[in-house]
Amino acid sequence: MTDMPKPSPLLQVTDLRVTLPTARGWAQALRGVSLRMERGQTIGLIGESGCGKSLTALALMGLLPERAQVSGSVVLQGQELVGMPEPQLCRLRGARMAMIFQEPMTALNPLQPIWKQIAEPLRLHQHMGVSVAKARALQLLERVQLPRARERLEAYPHQLSGGQRQRVMISMALACSPDLLIADEPTTALDVTVQKEVLALIKQLVNEDGMGLLLISHDLGLMQDQVDRVMVMYGGSVVESSATPALFAHRAHPYTRGLFAARPRLGLARGTRLTTIPGSVPELMDMPAGCAFADRCEWAVADCHLTPPQAETIECRPASELTHTVTCPRWRLT
Amino acid sequence: MPGKHSVWRRALRHPSFVAGGAMVLLLVLCAVLSQFWSPYPVGDIDIPNKLASPSAAHWLGTDSLGRDIGALLWVGSQNSLLVGFIAVGIGLGVGVPLGLLASARRGWVEEVIMRVSDFTFAFPALLLAIMLTAIYGPGLVVSIVAIGIFNIPVFARISRGAANAVWSRDFTAAARSAGQGPLAITWVHVLPNIASVLIVQATIQFAIAILAEAALSYLGLGTQPPQPSWGRMLNEAQSQMFQAPMLAVYPGAAIALAVLGLNLLGDGLRDVLDPRWARQR
Repeated sequence: MTDMPKPSPLLQVTDLRVTLPTARGWAQALRGVSLRMERGQTIGLIGESGCGKSLTALALMGLLPERAQVSGSVVLQGQELVGMPEPQLCRLRGARMAMIFQEPMTALNPLQPIWKQIAEPLRLHQHMGVSVAKARALQLLERVQLPRARERLEAYPHQLSGGQRQRVMISMALACSPDLLIADEPTTALDVTVQKEVLALIKQLVNEDGMGLLLISHDLGLMQDQVDRVMVMYGGSVVESSATPALFAHRAHPYTRGLFAARPRLGLARGTRLTTIPGSVPELMDMPAGCAFADRCEWAVADCHLTPPQAETIECRPASELTHTVTCPRWRLT
Repeated sequence: MPGKHSVWRRALRHPSFVAGGAMVLLLVLCAVLSQFWSPYPVGDIDIPNKLASPSAAHWLGTDSLGRDIGALLWVGSQNSLLVGFIAVGIGLGVGVPLGLLASARRGWVEEVIMRVSDFTFAFPALLLAIMLTAIYGPGLVVSIVAIGIFNIPVFARISRGAANAVWSRDFTAAARSAGQGPLAITWVHVLPNIASVLIVQATIQFAIAILAEAALSYLGLGTQPPQPSWGRMLNEAQSQMFQAPMLAVYPGAAIALAVLGLNLLGDGLRDVLDPRWARQR
């Protein structure tokens, strides 16, 4: 991050919109997501279930369901991904961009020894022979600190614990040293102590390789020391986006405040009820005309329900080049 | 799934697998050994000795033309196995690729394949065989082809259904995110994961094919004389129902045992190959 003119970013997403077919017709699942990721930058995407986090990840990878309609633009290192033919996308996936899935239990083929699964992208993208790929798989497993990696090359997924499987998943994703790593709730299925280890591992590997990381999670606390920038999603669009310290110091959007208020904290008196955000996420089918959060927002006025809010920039007190934007016209009042 | 050794160990402890396996093995042995040796040549007609009771010379007696029943059953096993293997082979060879294609491509390809297979499935195998016989004349080949065609939609449906279930699992998405194309994923990930379902279904279809061949031969549409067939033995026994009821019992029992053995084997295989079963070792 220098003062030189900005080089082209690793990833530039502009007004990404996704429409999915449902039993009741077309549903707008992503409603204009934009983000810019520099090389080596880490971005966290946060929001509750159904807000479009995972869908954003799938859209970036080009793995949306066949009948989904995509508009907008996703540019990875100067290449437009939206509308790119499938064979070309296949060449990028795994090589330039890779993904870690949520459930290490189901994201590995139960019938294949793990080294074969790690070797697959190597053989596909780097045309390695079997023995070379196997040796490389061992290196990768050692790199993700899988204990007794050499003995475990021939292991099947069910012989490993959840944390070990997630390490295998990570080594698969890293196999071809991608430039962009998408981690879709990589630790949700793991228990708390293992979560910390796996996150620390991801952070370390991302730093070492200078990868861009898009970390998806619903866990705010987890973002704090993991990513440079946090984007809060609600109802298929980004409602607030800021450098991580700035967001933790000052949240502007009412939804972000709700998220922070709903965090369990140490030191609360016994029996204290956790704060909740009233109501639930609106159905994709009947998104309100105005702000998607208006129905649950205590600061909403009549106009919030009618006019879609525009993104506004907030001046940061410690000046940062990661701008703080919020999609709420009333953030100053709250 | 654990290594091959523990699969075998589990299999040998499974009662239906062992019983079914033994019966099927016996059937296969009969079919193979009868190629080289038979107590009597099957075409040997011995009218003076017709409808003889079991004796040292003819263990199971003779039929209305004085042929040795034991020899007919012995050699007739070839026919049943042949029909089973080829008919199931046609079903697997054509049906599985179609089902996998439908599952990998989805969209209109899936619709076309599945609707055509529904259409084929709507014809009972016997009706199809009678139709083909009307066109090409009766014979073993026609009946095998008819049974094979009947098997195609069975395997297309089951492999598409099982493959769809595999495609919806995360590891295929993970493979896609690693850049693998649908063909590679089908081969590397989908097929091995549906193999156990297909093997089990194959044993069931094998049994059905043996039954269907017997039915066709019984109707006079299948195997033609002098080639022995269990189904035709039943047919010929019918006219002697009251003089020699045992003539119908022997081939009937052979068919029933072969089908029972295959069904038990399929049942056992389903348990042995099911990874969930493997977990609770």
